[in-house]
Amino acid sequence: MDILYKVFIDPFMQMGAAPDLLFQTLWDGLVAGVLYSLIALGFVLIFKASGVFNFAQGIMVVFAALTLVGLHEHGVPAYVALAITIVVMFALAVAVEKLVLRPLVNQPDIILFMATFGLTYFLIGFGELVFGGDPKVMIADQLGLPRGAIDIKVAGGFVSLQKIDIAATVIASLMVATLAIFFQKTRIGRALRAVADSHKAALSVGISLEQIWVIVWFAAGLVALATGIMWGARSEVSFALEVIALKALPVLILGGFTSIPGAIVGGVIIGVGEKVGEFYWGPLLGSGIETWLAYVIALVFLLFRPQGLFGEKIIERI
Amino acid sequence: MRAPSGPDVAVGDVLLSVENVSLSFGGVNAVSDVSFDIRKGEIRAIIGPNGAGKTSMLNIINGFYQPQHGRITFKGEMRSKMRPHDAAHGGIARTFQNVALFRGMTALDNIMAGRTLKMHRNFFWQLLRYGPAMTEEVEHRHRVEEIIDFLKIQEIRRTPVGRLPYGLQKRVELGRALAMEPDLLLLDEPMAGMNIEEKEDMSRFVLDVNDHYGTTIALIEHDMGVVMDLSDRVMVLDHGIKIADGTPDEVKSNQGVIDAYLGVAH
Repeated sequence: MDILYKVFIDPFMQMGAAPDLLFQTLWDGLVAGVLYSLIALGFVLIFKASGVFNFAQGIMVVFAALTLVGLHEHGVPAYVALAITIVVMFALAVAVEKLVLRPLVNQPDIILFMATFGLTYFLIGFGELVFGGDPKVMIADQLGLPRGAIDIKVAGGFVSLQKIDIAATVIASLMVATLAIFFQKTRIGRALRAVADSHKAALSVGISLEQIWVIVWFAAGLVALATGIMWGARSEVSFALEVIALKALPVLILGGFTSIPGAIVGGVIIGVGEKVGEFYWGPLLGSGIETWLAYVIALVFLLFRPQGLFGEKIIERI
Repeated sequence: MRAPSGPDVAVGDVLLSVENVSLSFGGVNAVSDVSFDIRKGEIRAIIGPNGAGKTSMLNIINGFYQPQHGRITFKGEMRSKMRPHDAAHGGIARTFQNVALFRGMTALDNIMAGRTLKMHRNFFWQLLRYGPAMTEEVEHRHRVEEIIDFLKIQEIRRTPVGRLPYGLQKRVELGRALAMEPDLLLLDEPMAGMNIEEKEDMSRFVLDVNDHYGTTIALIEHDMGVVMDLSDRVMVLDHGIKIADGTPDEVKSNQGVIDAYLGVAH
């Protein structure tokens, strides 16, 4: 009986007893979730247009952030460094298309997946060679990102909102809205979805695969840059950040590999679930459940909706 | 950024000519030394037993395959290496033997995708859905609705094509090709797997397209009745070699064709 009480009643009593703490936990979860969403978004873009699970998305986040900070260290003004980094991400997209995707066109998906592993290790080596392997500090202030916190009075206590977190949430929301409209409503968006569905049919109506691939990889690069800045500002810029890519996996399972809104909602569910779970149920299991709870949440979802929350329903005529 | 579309070709003149084209995969000769032409405004059929090289021929015409030998002249311009996307620019549209649609997209979006090359507005405008991009989208939507009416698929325009029955999928695919307003339309077995009624519908659409839009059509088909009724001229391939070429009546009475289809005692 005691264990049932601890699992099903006690946590809710705590939530009711200290609502300000609950709000703080929910907010932290939301912010973490938004960042997961951004990473997942990078995956979704590339998966949607080329059916490739891009293992390199995580390292692209690190690489973009490193380039930005590294350039600044060499005396380049912050905004100029940002512009140059955007150009670098575009060059990366072109290079990936020319050197990786084009020679492997029409190969099975697993081959392309392996190629993104290769890309990952190349970017790690190249990044380390150029910018060194030491952790760096994100140039958040120089980029004009706000710092400090706002304290809001909630239910007799205080909830403290970091301004950088608020900025991250706003920027992520804008990016997602722009990408969603872009994919659904424009000619290029339609071409992207067309390429995702059938290469040969897309070619036959005059869509250039090369151009589409460059566009999606560039878009994923920009998303990676935004993620790198936000995440880097919260901790630091180092190669260890790469593992956050693995956090995107449960988000993708939850949201569906092909859905942009799915990435966002999935990210928030995972982020909030993780923080709330850790704070209220964690102590029961000796804490540290944050690291694996996301995968359990995703697994439970998978049982009920194999295509994810917003994934395209799998239709097969037989 | 438009590809030059070349000089206009008058009805009855040669639109596309294929000269001594050969294509082999490893040691297998898919097409050997084939020459033929397609005249503007006609319906040209390519027939032959399975594995005769018919689909390879279409794939060569629209740039999916590059022939090892031979020349192809389209609208008076000789071209050596051409990619599918250049063919589309030049005005060649096609359908596929096993329907190749964008399965997750609606019938409407599929057909709109056929207008990709006709739309030119900068994507920032498109993103804002404002000004010239909006007018453009509306204008193209209008043309697409005409095609939808023409093919009588009004009821399914919002349905994801993956859910449609096969016959309707083939019709949507034809719609997508028509949306490109092609000079040359390649149809790879447009009636395969259809019942008689569907075949009759499809035949009518093919004739109407030819009549109404003046589109030149090259088609591959197995149903002899259909081929003989529809086409102005027929080319027969067997094992990658051209064995006959002429009007349906000439081809029907050709001994080589009869042998290829019925088999011959050796």
